[in-house]
Amino acid sequence: MITEPQAINIDQDKGNFQMPEKHAFDAGVGINEGVLDYISDVKNEEQWIRDFRKNALRTFYNKPLPTHWASKDLETINFDKIRYYLASGQTPKRSWDDVPDDIKETFDRLGIPENERKFLAGVEAQFDSEAAYSNIKEAVGKQGVIFMGSTEALMKHPEIFRKWFGKVIPTGDNKFSALNSAAFSGGSFIYIPPGVKVSHPLQAYFRINAENFGQFERTLIIADEGSEVTYMEGCTAPKFDTATLHSAVVELVALKGAKIEYITVQNWSANVFNLVTKRAIAHEEATVKWIDCNIGSRLTMKYPGVILKGRKARGEVLSIALANDGQHQDTGAKMIHAADETTSNIIAKSISVGSGRSTYRGMVHMPKHLKGCKNNTECDALLINSSSRTDTYPSITVRGNKNSVQHEASVSKVSAEQIFYMQQRGLTEGEAMSLSVNGFVNDLTRQFPMEYSVELKRLIDMEMEGSVG
Amino acid sequence: MKAKAFEAFQSLPMPTRKNENWRFANISSLSLDEYDFTRSEKPTDLQELIEKSDIISQPSGQIIFADNHPVSMEPINDDLKAKGVIWEPLSEALQNHSEILKKYFMSQDPHLGSEKFAALHSSFVSDGYLLYVPKGITIERPFIANHWALSEKTALFPHTLVIAEESSNVTLIDTFNAKSESQKNFICAFNHIFAAANATVTYRSLQNWGTKTLGIHINSIITEKDATVNSLSVNLGCQHLRSENQSVLKGEGSHIEMLSLSVADNDQEIDQRTLQLHQSPHTTSNLLYKNALLKKSKTIFSGLIKVAKEAQKTDAYQTNRNLLLSEEAEANALPGLEIKADDVKCSHGATTGNMDKDQLFYMLARGIKPHKARELLVFGFFEEIILKLSDNELADYMRELIQTKLQSK
Repeated sequence: MITEPQAINIDQDKGNFQMPEKHAFDAGVGINEGVLDYISDVKNEEQWIRDFRKNALRTFYNKPLPTHWASKDLETINFDKIRYYLASGQTPKRSWDDVPDDIKETFDRLGIPENERKFLAGVEAQFDSEAAYSNIKEAVGKQGVIFMGSTEALMKHPEIFRKWFGKVIPTGDNKFSALNSAAFSGGSFIYIPPGVKVSHPLQAYFRINAENFGQFERTLIIADEGSEVTYMEGCTAPKFDTATLHSAVVELVALKGAKIEYITVQNWSANVFNLVTKRAIAHEEATVKWIDCNIGSRLTMKYPGVILKGRKARGEVLSIALANDGQHQDTGAKMIHAADETTSNIIAKSISVGSGRSTYRGMVHMPKHLKGCKNNTECDALLINSSSRTDTYPSITVRGNKNSVQHEASVSKVSAEQIFYMQQRGLTEGEAMSLSVNGFVNDLTRQFPMEYSVELKRLIDMEMEGSVG
Repeated sequence: MKAKAFEAFQSLPMPTRKNENWRFANISSLSLDEYDFTRSEKPTDLQELIEKSDIISQPSGQIIFADNHPVSMEPINDDLKAKGVIWEPLSEALQNHSEILKKYFMSQDPHLGSEKFAALHSSFVSDGYLLYVPKGITIERPFIANHWALSEKTALFPHTLVIAEESSNVTLIDTFNAKSESQKNFICAFNHIFAAANATVTYRSLQNWGTKTLGIHINSIITEKDATVNSLSVNLGCQHLRSENQSVLKGEGSHIEMLSLSVADNDQEIDQRTLQLHQSPHTTSNLLYKNALLKKSKTIFSGLIKVAKEAQKTDAYQTNRNLLLSEEAEANALPGLEIKADDVKCSHGATTGNMDKDQLFYMLARGIKPHKARELLVFGFFEEIILKLSDNELADYMRELIQTKLQSK
């Protein structure tokens, strides 16, 4: 009745094209102080940023790879073969017409300007190291919202950004945050003034176009008291023969009563190492919500975290991971409770297809002097083929008797009865499978912004088409 | 063999917290400098000890150990002996049944981080016992072994080896006690259970060492086709207890149940690591670990369900419940899953929290005094596990031990 599902091809066609490389600035392969100086020179950076990079490089050298708990696949990254900086010019263009034609073509194929015209408040598209295009709609700019690239922001508004830059995620947090701190370039720095509610989501798009390239974008979002913002990022890369590295650092600061929602749809090609550090600080009564969809990449290691620093702060992570043949989605969440009455919620769903492997790692920490803290964690895994694999490694520390946590995880497969039932009603096996998988993630995708949940549903439909038969 | 094991002990590194198997653990208290590793004289004046070991009426056999020496032995009856059942201290079994020991002794490698202590145990173990049940034999009454620590600072190496041959059925109880409550000892205990095809082994252990003791208890179970092992352990004693429980479901259709209840108080650390390793199809395992934490105590539960690619139709559950009864207690839960087969049912759950306020209120509203109500709720918390004991004598003995510990706060 049910034939053994075949391994399927992930939908990377949309992003799988390559433009001829043409870079005005290229820092060569490998990383050393000279490369950092080169990056700083091109960007015309101030001395403190140069020092920051060089300190970070020393930390990077000293830190071991975390292979005592993480995938040994990390050892295959050759840091000396990676190109750390490529750019065709360091000043982001303000108007779409000024963007060079070949880059425009790239983004046209990805559908970015269209999106912007339709509803997006601002778009930052990063092509290799530098933001190629950056614009915020006038109205948002008038509200005092700042939305620009990392270097530009640090130079133009040090009074706002320097205070938090590298404070949520210190350079020495892990080997890859150190590497990012040394070689960072591009990304989005956003400041939302007190009380401003940005009605449309801000969006950034990241794309790797060069082989052996490392992309180290840096994002810092500061939502001042009582403000609200939604930020979306998407990423793709064409497929190259050798592995490419994406190692971002994303820091979010939600001041008193602020709300930040950060949405990621990651669809790197299957040879990209996606090693990203994401963390937020939530002050009193602030809310931070990470929505994290990992579809692409060879190995993703990403554990968005929230430090719940102020009373009644709330942190949430909603995560969907889809691991296809040869992929390892090692994702999860961290919730550090550091004030009374803080609450957190983690819902993680993973789907392993073919020889794909998905892993959930979580950390929930509640120290003893706190009271009224609550955490709820649910992780569900769905295995499609007999060669698929799933792991769950949560870590929960609770001190004191005034807090409570609960954690639940389950593993299941699509039941033959369900498929049979749907086939009886005229669906093909592929449609039935796709409906089942969509049903599995449905309660999560309902919480996503509409265009993302539709896109995700289509993506799953396409993936499942080839999975049976 | 002992010399080789000691060499291995010396060459293996001490565990560090960087090792996932020792995450959150207090490594500094693992120092062994203070303990006495020399073999003491055989103790005398054991009347009190023997009386206190009288827990079960009419056991099939009983052995009492004091400071590593077998001091009292209730042999099996002639009927069982005639059927080929072996119930002997290791020192004797080594003479009489060396072929069995050669095959089984320390033949289950530790998977959970204690290689160094396995080597230490192999080099210092001086006694313990062997229980061998031949094919098709069912033994109704349980066997019991009582391990006593008498003198201060002695190092003890209890060893339990159970081999249940095809279609046999046996129950076994280990108790671990110290002569005085606040005694300090070093314990490095190993327990290996082999259940052959269709065999059933029921294992109970009660650990109540002195409150200053460093205890390392390594339990290991292997089940062949359609075998069943039910294990239940109660952990009360020790300053620092490291308990590793690994279950290998080797044969198709086998089942292992792992239950544990622990009460931690003062600055006690109870560090439990478990592994449910499913190697064959249609295997089932069920784990339930419950901890009640008082004062400044700390517990670590780190469990892992591993399902091999071949082990389709596995059904595995793992649950950890922590009841925090003080503001300063700390519970760590690391429930893990590694699944390589797709047609399985696996789940784990971990909860940590305080007493249910509504339940407490309900009792207070009915005139039950607060301290009594709390005690009842803690009992209710554990009763889920104690009720699984079919043996009422043992259940009452466990309840009494738990009550004593709860009241001594």
